[in-house]
Amino acid sequence: MTTAPAKARWRFRQPSVIPGFGLTLGFSLAYLTLIILIPLSGLIWRSAALGWADFWAIATDRRTINALEISFGTAFIAAAVNVVFGTIVAWVLVRYNFPGRRIVDAMVDLPFALPTAVAGIALTTLYAPNGWLGSLLAPLGIKVAYTPLGIVIALIFIGLPFVVRTVQPIMEEIDKEVEEVAATLGANRFQTIARVLLPGLAPAIVTGFALAFARGVGEYGSVIFIAGNLPYKSEIAPLLIVIRLEEYNYAAATAIAAIMLALSFVMLLVINLVQTWSRKRYG
Amino acid sequence: MADPEIKSYAPHHESQSAAVTESRPAKAVLMIVSFAFLGIFLLLPLIVVFNEAFAKGLSAYTEALTNPDTRSAIHLTLLVAAISVPLNVVFGISAAWAIAKFEFKGKAFLTTLIDLPFSVSPVISGLVYVLLFGAQGLLGAWLKAHGIVILFAVPGIVLATIFVTFPFVARELIPLMQEQGNGDEEAALSLGANGWQAFWYVTLPNVKWGLLYGVLLCNARAMGEFGAVSVVSGHIRGLTNTMPLHVEILYNEYNAAAAFAVASLLAGLALVTLVLKTLLEMRYGAEIAATRGH
Repeated sequence: MTTAPAKARWRFRQPSVIPGFGLTLGFSLAYLTLIILIPLSGLIWRSAALGWADFWAIATDRRTINALEISFGTAFIAAAVNVVFGTIVAWVLVRYNFPGRRIVDAMVDLPFALPTAVAGIALTTLYAPNGWLGSLLAPLGIKVAYTPLGIVIALIFIGLPFVVRTVQPIMEEIDKEVEEVAATLGANRFQTIARVLLPGLAPAIVTGFALAFARGVGEYGSVIFIAGNLPYKSEIAPLLIVIRLEEYNYAAATAIAAIMLALSFVMLLVINLVQTWSRKRYG
Repeated sequence: MADPEIKSYAPHHESQSAAVTESRPAKAVLMIVSFAFLGIFLLLPLIVVFNEAFAKGLSAYTEALTNPDTRSAIHLTLLVAAISVPLNVVFGISAAWAIAKFEFKGKAFLTTLIDLPFSVSPVISGLVYVLLFGAQGLLGAWLKAHGIVILFAVPGIVLATIFVTFPFVARELIPLMQEQGNGDEEAALSLGANGWQAFWYVTLPNVKWGLLYGVLLCNARAMGEFGAVSVVSGHIRGLTNTMPLHVEILYNEYNAAAAFAVASLLAGLALVTLVLKTLLEMRYGAEIAATRGH
């Protein structure tokens, strides 16, 4: 065996006896470019062609700002709620044995499988003032349907599996010995969970939050039925894009879409950094 | 089991496990919180769908489903899924082969690009095609001059559906094929198989359950997609209405029973998807990639 030369020749790919690299990579790249990259760059090109003054006017329009605030705000709250309850659900599914556990576990994926429009009309019917839950909440003065609270409810539904399915596999891998050691050293159960288990789960929880948040920001189908869609009050950014399109105001639709993409991108970047940090800290 | 020695350790073991699990009341509280949360947020909406669908009786239900507009919506949804799912399967297999079987520069970046559609709002996924093919779009004038109709017609709906379901098969197959390595294919090749034979007789049987899993999720999303399709469809009744869009139209016409009747079919599809998915995970868990959820 000869040792590898210190400075190997730059290669696009490592040699392999397996055939088909050119064909599969070529086809994949062509398909990716045609379906995803060209249409997405069209969006960027169109918003760049708007010119700074026009773009700024659309971006600082009260209605645009309010729609973005509502989308990002409700998605943030819903993701936070899902972090708390999703982590508890994951814990119960991983640690406790009860009849029907398999069915409950399968149910968690319902929001992935149920079309968003179906979820939307079902939640609206449920929380409408005469609905099963709406009629219970109405005497308490809580209005859910046709308010921003309704948006949060829809986004909790949509985001739940993201948190559970991200946290669950990490929980399954927890070494029980760590807990035993903590208990032997005198930690009570609460201390073990808060100081030993949760820090280890933190990266997964942050990831779950990010996925639920990102999905919530862009969500459309389940929200528009329950939101009421009042401009400035309960109008989400994706709906405003659709409204601008229906007005043939392509410029505004494009600009809002570009802002949403940019904000989501920045957000994912920040969350990625937080994740790297927490993995280093608690890894 | 009946070994006395093990039995005598039992109490000791129990006291030890008490330190690494919650007290009975804490357990009960956590379970009640979980079940209440899942019951309110997942189970109740599902029950409402079927309850409302049959609220006006069975005859109203069957009437809503046999309505010509509903039937054409069902037909269109099946057509769109029948075109877009196989295309994404071909792409998924091809991308997984390139990414899992070879080492090349920019691989991680390519994998990220494949996941891109998941982080784009469905509305934006539809919008990009409107900007490309619409009357004011980049290719709009050219398409019009050549009499090609993409937007507000089936091709646009198929494109938008392909966009939103793009990553499903690929992201299921890539980790699975990476895990399985190249050994089997190299053996087949050294025994004289050509590339196609190695793929057809070795790789495909190895990944078939993972592939089915990806197809299942891809199909559920393809048939249920709303936002992206809504933007490109134009909502022409009987022509460009998929099932989810038809649900919206019926609901906005205050025809809740009919809307929920169509919705109940989609909910049924979701339940079948969940059952098959769970069966696949139970029987072939090891042969399906470790990545769950998306």
